[in-house]
Amino acid sequence: MKIPILRLGKILLTSFQEGLTDRDIIDLQYDLLDMVNKTEIEGVIIDVTALDIVDSYLANLLNDTARMVKILGAEVVISGIQPFVALTLVEIGQGALEVRTALNLEHGLGMLNCTVENNKPVMRKLKKYKKNARNRISN
Amino acid sequence: MAADAGFKDADQVRFATAISELTQNAFRYGKGGICEINVHSDGFKTAIRARICDQGPGIPNLDQALSDGFSTGGSMGLGLPGVKRLVDKFKIKSQPGKTEVEIVIFIKPRIGVTDL
Repeated sequence: MKIPILRLGKILLTSFQEGLTDRDIIDLQYDLLDMVNKTEIEGVIIDVTALDIVDSYLANLLNDTARMVKILGAEVVISGIQPFVALTLVEIGQGALEVRTALNLEHGLGMLNCTVENNKPVMRKLKKYKKNARNRISN
Repeated sequence: MAADAGFKDADQVRFATAISELTQNAFRYGKGGICEINVHSDGFKTAIRARICDQGPGIPNLDQALSDGFSTGGSMGLGLPGVKRLVDKFKIKSQPGKTEVEIVIFIKPRIGVTDL
């Protein structure tokens, strides 16, 4: 079962659901990293609203996936953690998720849109710099 | 099963999470096994008990396995000690060829850290 990744401008949206196999998650990681790299993605949101149960194995997978994407330079937000999942994660001892979290998809998208907005001045300067560099080389 | 026995949502999720951890261990490290769940009530309190047995190579150093941060699988090592914190009673026996974990959760209000 291939997990869909949706693109909203500079943001990718995907989700973890019940019944995912190890293979599904590895494929998702590859696909995410590939898309982030190829289409210059600035933010990834992973929605986990559908997860009623998160054990330490799944928490590790979420952390690993987020870490991989962050190394590429994109922001990551996990949205939709269920209340009792938060409770059990803290009790297990996995309270420290290494990644920013958002209450739901809407909040998560808001957070990432802020990041994309903040990146814009930098991106503009970068474009200008590249253009000037090209002009200097051709002269 | 937990819902039918009258457990609240939080305890249902706790129990399900613990089962998920233990059965995954049995599958990944223990070459598979069986999981038995039963509910017992004595009129005063109700308990849901699960027993997970696997036929794997066993855990050579139980103290180590039950401490935070130890892992043979490259993970963060919070599985077994995590389950211990989640449930009210936790028993583990392990030898080459058989590992058995037994957990119990009681219906009761959770006031603070429980004695294990």
